[in-house]
Amino acid sequence: MPRTLRDALITFQRSPLLSALSIVTIAFSLFAFGLFGLVALNIRDVLNRLEERVEIRAFVAEGTEPEAMAVAAGDVARYPEVQRAMLVTQEQALARAQRELGEFRDVFEGATLPASIDVQLKPGFRDPAAVRRVAARIRAFTFIDDVRYGEDWIEKLYALRNVAGVAGIALGLTFACVSMIIIGTTIRMAVLARAREIAIMRLVGATDDFIRRPFLLEGIIKGVLGGLLALLMTYVARALINTYLIQTVFFDRRVALLGLLFGAMLGFMGSAISVGRHLRRV
Amino acid sequence: MIRFSHVTKTYPRTGTAVDDVSLHVARGEFVFFTGPSGAGKTTLLKMVYLDERPTTGEVRVSGTSSRIARGRDVATLRRKLGIVFQDFRLLENRTAEQNVAFALEVTGASPSAIPSKVARVLAEVGLAGKGTAYPPELSGGEQQRVAIARALVNDPFVLIADEPTGNLDERATRGIFQLLREINAGGTAVLMATHNLELIRRQEFRTVEMDRGAVVFDSAEGSNGPAAKAP
Repeated sequence: MPRTLRDALITFQRSPLLSALSIVTIAFSLFAFGLFGLVALNIRDVLNRLEERVEIRAFVAEGTEPEAMAVAAGDVARYPEVQRAMLVTQEQALARAQRELGEFRDVFEGATLPASIDVQLKPGFRDPAAVRRVAARIRAFTFIDDVRYGEDWIEKLYALRNVAGVAGIALGLTFACVSMIIIGTTIRMAVLARAREIAIMRLVGATDDFIRRPFLLEGIIKGVLGGLLALLMTYVARALINTYLIQTVFFDRRVALLGLLFGAMLGFMGSAISVGRHLRRV
Repeated sequence: MIRFSHVTKTYPRTGTAVDDVSLHVARGEFVFFTGPSGAGKTTLLKMVYLDERPTTGEVRVSGTSSRIARGRDVATLRRKLGIVFQDFRLLENRTAEQNVAFALEVTGASPSAIPSKVARVLAEVGLAGKGTAYPPELSGGEQQRVAIARALVNDPFVLIADEPTGNLDERATRGIFQLLREINAGGTAVLMATHNLELIRRQEFRTVEMDRGAVVFDSAEGSNGPAAKAP
């Protein structure tokens, strides 16, 4: 077994209580981070679902030839921003309205609704500017009477999304810093517990890199173990929320793996800072 | 091999610890450093292994200058030195063998070569058969022998011993001193700081006496410094 790994593992054997305390502390700080991540993920999920409902509806002037409408719908469907463009005839529009109004369907008895081209945009083209751009192009067809896309609603959705994004990054960075400080402190305790050993290592000619390596590996191992524990706690918390409060989504495997990598990185950084500071001082 | 050129060491709070010391230690020499507590012996020895740097002047140890040595140079230098302290500085949760092997591991020695080298050096210091003992299970003299074995395992050209017998009874002191003599006879220079005047008087080795940071007597030169000039 390589010396670095052996020395890192020996620490767990020699001071199991301190190691367990470090891992649990890291787990709790990452758990807070995980809960925040879960909230952010679910907000994003809700916003994504709302965003999927962004739609442009172009109303066609009465008397327009069905062939012209079909050709226009085909043209619109080929726009790079467009995911789907569907022609809705007058009859289909009426049937939809009656379906959507349910018990008040009688109000449409004998009514005529205009035909329309309903356009759904691809992800990444659902922002206000892209929607406005596509709407303007569709408006250029001579037989289009009006184009509606809920401009205010889209602006608000995007403002909310931006606020959520900025708040997410700010809170995420704060949680990451707090986690790193906590991890750094726990590693610092391990460093101080081995201060004598470090001093002797230096006296016999160990380089700082040689001294630092086992601590860095120890930080990574603690970060990963703390991350696994935090993931487990977050999973249990989410199961409880699903049972007693609301249905939420959980991290997929890739995000969970990224979380563990993040824990490892925090462990590494916390160790690097603590050991570096100690080596500079002694 | 080791040269102090007008070395002064001053601490901001406690003042001058070493005052304008110039001396040279030749390869294979045995030198006692003596003098009262606070005379500057330990500071002088610390400057040999660059644990302290001179405030002014220069220490050169086997080509390494205190003026320009950086972290890696210091580590490289220390691998060529052996250092022994009054308080042994052993790792109590490691066996005698592991304490000695530790000094080899940090130099990146081949793991397969370590056990035989450790066994050889433990036998040299008279601890064959005690390799698996932990420091608290050994006497003071034996612990100091482990520390000496650790200092010797990298075949140093100089052994620095700061009050190595300070915590030992007379019998153990004689044993440790005899061991240092044997090490010196093998060609390794020994720099030994001690209060034990009895030990010094019985030997014919070079003696450097210090007082308040200055060298007041150097047997290699006959006299040196203000004390020698005093009536």
